[in-house]
Amino acid sequence: MHLPAPRGELSAAVTAALGGHRGALPPVRGVDPHGEDLTLALHVLYELHYRGFDGVDEGLEWDPDLLRLRAALERPFLAAVREEVGTAEVAAVVEDLLVERLPGSGVSHFLRERGEWWHFQEVFTHRSIYHLKEADPHAWVIPRLRGRAKAALVAVEFDEYGGGRAERMHSRLFADLLDAAGLSSEYLHYLDVVPAPALATVNLMSMFGLHRSLRGALVGHFAATEITTGPSARRMVSALRKLSAPRECVRFYTEHIEADAVHEQVLRHEVIGGLLEDEPHLAGDVAFGLMATELLEDRLSNHVLGAWQDGVSSLREAADVLV
Amino acid sequence: MVVHGEDGSVVRSERFVTAVCTCRRSKIYPLCDTSHREVRREG
Ligand code: FES
Ligand SMILES: [Fe+2]
Ligand SMILES: [Fe+2]
Repeated sequence: MHLPAPRGELSAAVTAALGGHRGALPPVRGVDPHGEDLTLALHVLYELHYRGFDGVDEGLEWDPDLLRLRAALERPFLAAVREEVGTAEVAAVVEDLLVERLPGSGVSHFLRERGEWWHFQEVFTHRSIYHLKEADPHAWVIPRLRGRAKAALVAVEFDEYGGGRAERMHSRLFADLLDAAGLSSEYLHYLDVVPAPALATVNLMSMFGLHRSLRGALVGHFAATEITTGPSARRMVSALRKLSAPRECVRFYTEHIEADAVHEQVLRHEVIGGLLEDEPHLAGDVAFGLMATELLEDRLSNHVLGAWQDGVSSLREAADVLV
Repeated sequence: MVVHGEDGSVVRSERFVTAVCTCRRSKIYPLCDTSHREVRREG
């Protein structure tokens, strides 16, 4: 994967530094914590901890100046999310997530009612940033847990990684979906066209995964994802079948209906339950992780539906990349 | 593991845990698809 085009001063400085042209790294002041520039800059810095970029020195993952800049980017992002979600009890948040509200207003509801193929392709494109590294951010929490929470989380991760079979890994199923949908399954292929609201959902999990101090939030994030995927995957399956979409596109979602019905239970009872038995003081962080996930998912959903209601693409300069 | 539904359906699951449907509302019965959840009509 090559470095993306910058979207402002911060992302320009980051991509230049990774490309070997290091100038003074700019101060992070007065930037929009949800804006394109900060979000992309953070995303690129996080990617150094996953698979990195072609031709970029792998040692830069631990470069003190870049880590200092990353911390300076994380601070306003985390503060903004914290302020927006407030505080709540874990049980109340989980309870709330478990209720299915009708009439629903999310992207999967839109797709089931009046989704056209290009809408689906846009959703696949947004989601390709995460699903091609599905489960990776959550693996970082493993050494930070112990006992029941650890054993249960590893079991769920094993399932996400295909139960030991590469062809069943969820990231592989998503690559198959992209290929079948006529899109590229190359890792981060669509980074340049994916806007901040979608990148921010991945930044959130990377941030939670990389900081031991945010392990409670990471567990909350994982649980929120597992709780909410089942019903939306059910809607995706019926939406895709309505359009007679390729088998591989449907498969990704049928697998998630069945898998996440299990994962949800294990996350709630064993992982959250085990963690809070072990470290009860993390309850606030778990609730924060659950709510932050929903907050950023709602922002993405509003962005996508807002664009579609105006009859325009929800991607950046979509035309030339999707063909 | 092999799950036998009360309607005679049989499925095989290789997952570490299997979620079995007890509410009979699942579209993938005898497995759970989260259809048991509370639905709240709003607006
Ligand atoms: S118990 Fe029937 S769908 Fe979950
Ligand atoms: Fe998955
Ligand atoms: Fe899952």
